[in-house]
This record gives sequence, structure tokens and C-alpha cells, in this order.
Amino acid sequence: MLAPALAAAAVLVLLPVLDTLWLSLHDVILYRPRLRPFVGLSNYMHALSDPVFWESLGNSLLWVIGAVSLQFALGFAAALLLNRSFAWRGVARALVVVPWALPSVIIGLIWTWMLDFNLGVLNNIGVQLGILSHSVPWLAQPSTAMAGVILAVMWQGFPFFAVTLLAGLQAIPGELYEAAAIDGAGAWGKFRHITLPGLAGVIATALLLRMIWVANSLDLILVMTGGGPGTATQTLPLHAFLTAWSGGNYGHGSALAVLLTLLLLGVVVTYVWRSRRE
Amino acid sequence: MPNRLRRLLGTEFPVAIILAFALLPWVWMMLSSIRPDSELTHSPIALWPHQLTLIHHIELLRRTSFAQNLRDSLIVACGATSLGLALALPAAYAFSRFRFRGRNLLRTQFLVINMFPVVMLILPLFVLMRDLGLLDTYFALIAGHATFTLPFAIWLLTSYVDGIPQELDQAAMIDGATRMQAMLFVVLPLAMPGVVAVGIYLFITSWNEYLFALMMTGRNVRTVTVALQLFIGENQIQWGLLMAGGTLVALPATILFLFAQRRLVGGLTGGAVKG
Repeated sequence: MLAPALAAAAVLVLLPVLDTLWLSLHDVILYRPRLRPFVGLSNYMHALSDPVFWESLGNSLLWVIGAVSLQFALGFAAALLLNRSFAWRGVARALVVVPWALPSVIIGLIWTWMLDFNLGVLNNIGVQLGILSHSVPWLAQPSTAMAGVILAVMWQGFPFFAVTLLAGLQAIPGELYEAAAIDGAGAWGKFRHITLPGLAGVIATALLLRMIWVANSLDLILVMTGGGPGTATQTLPLHAFLTAWSGGNYGHGSALAVLLTLLLLGVVVTYVWRSRRE
Repeated sequence: MPNRLRRLLGTEFPVAIILAFALLPWVWMMLSSIRPDSELTHSPIALWPHQLTLIHHIELLRRTSFAQNLRDSLIVACGATSLGLALALPAAYAFSRFRFRGRNLLRTQFLVINMFPVVMLILPLFVLMRDLGLLDTYFALIAGHATFTLPFAIWLLTSYVDGIPQELDQAAMIDGATRMQAMLFVVLPLAMPGVVAVGIYLFITSWNEYLFALMMTGRNVRTVTVALQLFIGENQIQWGLLMAGGTLVALPATILFLFAQRRLVGGLTGGAVKG
């Protein structure tokens, strides 16, 4: 009964992984399919000596840290608020997930439209409220492009944290808070000594999952800036994708994909180790 | 009364701000799709529309290939949902009912598969499909989407099948049913709510997918996400058309997600909460 699923996974997942390793050791140019000479590690050497690789790695770090920390902060705040009782809580809990359901392409379009230099509503509001002195071409200049795409990915990803952490909060027994109140603990004391320890496991797992996801994702940036202007928003997976897709150099692109996988391996192993421990 | 005020300021007001952040971009897209070009090209853009029109939606469906793209997306998403369920259900049943050597290893392997960078999978798949002559076919997209979502589908379905007592299959088999019949006619109907939730997840994931579709599709098969992105490249950006397309694509995904939310969110976050 497992066979069909295993076969599908083998053909469309394991085989490609091995294939990527093979491609990364060969010189594969797409429009030259008959000639794919073995070149050893030269694709890797080439990648590591290319300044664009290091720039992409730096961008990737900025992207992952910026996106995950902002998603987490907003999602955590939302979870704490949605855990309190108020009349329209059910509706609020249902609607907060809406960004999660949308395709990256649409999210990219919406935010590109809202961040537009001439016609973007955010520039308009910012100028009217006096936060901005003039319109900013957010995605068109290197100094602000990364902030623009991180804003979009924060919108896309914070519901995940809100919902996950809310489920974690609901699993903390209410008696603990009552006991703490009797012992005279204040709001901060309860948060510090009950909520945080009770939520630590959920937080760690959610952060690991999200880091892996954000580090791998490239479609949102591809849609919004294509990695530009210049290489200002080019992350490592995007660099690998563009090298292969637009550059037609599948050997080089595959080597970059393998390097990304190796860099992520530590996070993935931690996650799997944690999830198998229970 | 001070209590009421405190709740209003301390809880309801911040929740309203977070909800506004979550919903307003969606609303702005929809609103932009029903405003005439004269308003959309006027800088700075007015917050409040003065005139509403369906011209962008009509033009999108009449003058562009978008209706065709919607059909392609629907075919691919339905195909991926059916294929994904057909593969995941037996696997989930096996994981739930049989204790075999390597079971844990296999489950872990399905977990790890989910974490491989997408680029690592799609670059060789493109080369493979190209060599096999399968580029630009429904089959390539359906097979790809079904497989990418397989690990999660199996994981979620297994927990649903786990909730159905083994005694029921055993009773059916004592009455002369085969394993397959027990799974299809006893377990499947009981697991239906779970199957529907997983089906909706598969549908949304395939409907929303962009990168693989971008590489695999060409002139014959082009899904909505790829088509929308291509509209941007055409001379000058027509925001009205884009926003109309975005609304038409986002609407089914949002409605389905809200519909299946309670079951899905439990599954999507279950892994994190258990850990």
C-alpha cells in the first residue's frame, strides 16, 4: 500500500536530489544536451570564488533573520491577544489567517502595487501622515528593496506564528495562572514564569520550521524584484535558480543548490531530531 | 466599566489593528480591481474610490487568455488533488495499521523530503521532463504538485486514520472483506472530514504554486499564477487588469481556506505544537 507513494516520492523527489548532485559535477548547458562533460568540483570552486555567492549568502542571512524575527514578533503578539476573551474573538481568529491562503505571486503583486513610487498607497499614506517627507521608490533602490520584500513576507508568514503559538497557549493549563495569581504574581511574572516556559517547545519548533521555509523560498522575491535592483535582494536559492533558469547553466546552478542544502542541513537535522525525540 | 474600557483599549483595539494589517492589502487589491484607469493612474492615488466599474474583469476575461489559464489551473489543481489523495490514502492507512521494520525511518524520510530546497528539486526535474518531452503538459504539473504535497498529506491523513478504531476494519474482514475493501468502504467514509481537509490543502497548494509551473508550462498549459506574472512584462503595467486577475485567483483560495480552516490549522500546526 505504501508502494505507490514511495515510488512517486522516489521518482520525483529522491531521484532529483541525486540528479542535482550529478548535475553539479558536470558542465551542463541546456541548449547543448548531448555534451555534458564531467568537471569534478569546478562548479563548486567557481561558485565559492564568485563574489555574487557571498553577497547572496549575506542577503539570505538578512532575509531569514529579518523575515522570521518580524513574523515571530507580530505572530506572538497576535497569539497573546487572541488568547484573551472578547466578544468577536472567533471571527478575529478565523480572519487573521487570510494572508496565509494567498499565492506568493498575488502577495508579490499586491505589495509591489502598494509600494509603487507614483501610485503606491503606502507612499501616499506615509506622506499624508508626515512619516515620509516624499515618495520612496521602495523596490527600485538597493537601500530599501530588501525592507520592501521583508515587509511582504512578514505579512505572508505572521499568521503561521499567530495560529501555532495560539494553539500552544491554549495547551497551557489555566490552573497554573490561578495558582500564580494566588501567590501574588503580576502580569509580567505570569508571562515570564508560566507562558514562556510552557511555550518554549512550540516556539523552538515553529522557529525552526519557519527558518527552513523562509531560507528555501524564492518565489516572492522573484515576483517582486527578481533579485534586484542589481543583486540587492538576491538570496542564495534565487541565485541558484537564476543561474540555471535565466543563465541556462544547470551545472553551476545545481552546485549552488547543493551548497544551500548543506548550509541548511544543521537546521533540518535539529528539527528532525527534536520531532523524533517524542 | 473601567474593566470594559480596559478590554477595549488593551485587547480589542490592538486586535483590530492586527486584523486591519492582515486584511487591508487584500481589500485594497479587490478595490483596485473595480476602479477605472483614470483613478488608478492618478498620482497620488485617492484612498476612496469615486467610481466603480467591472471593466477590468470583463476585459481580462474577454481580451486575454485568462479564462483559458483559469481552466488550466483548475484542471491541474483537480488532477493534483485526486492523484495526491490516491497516493496518500493507502500510504496513510499502511502507516496507521501496520507495524513494520523501517516504519519510523520512512516517516522521518517523508519529513526530511519536505525540507529540501525547492531549487534542488525543480532544476533536475526540468531537465528530466525536458529529456522525456513532458514539458508543457498537464501531466508534468499534476505529477509534480501531487508529489511535493505528498509528505504533508500522508502525515495529516495518518493522524485521521489513527482516530478510527482498528476493530472496525477487523470486523469487516471477519465478515469477508479484503484489506482494500475495509480501507475503501469502512475507513474512508469515516475519515471523510479529514480527507476533505487534506483535499482542500492539496487543491490550494497546487492552485497557488508558481515556480514549478513557471518552469514546466509553455504555450499549451499555462496556469493563472504564471499568466499573471507574465502580464507584468508586457510593455506597461496595467494594474487594473493585474488586480482583477489577482482577485479572481485569490478568491477561491481564500474561501476554501476559511472553509477548511479549523481542520487544516489543527494539522498544519499540530506538528509544531506536539514538538
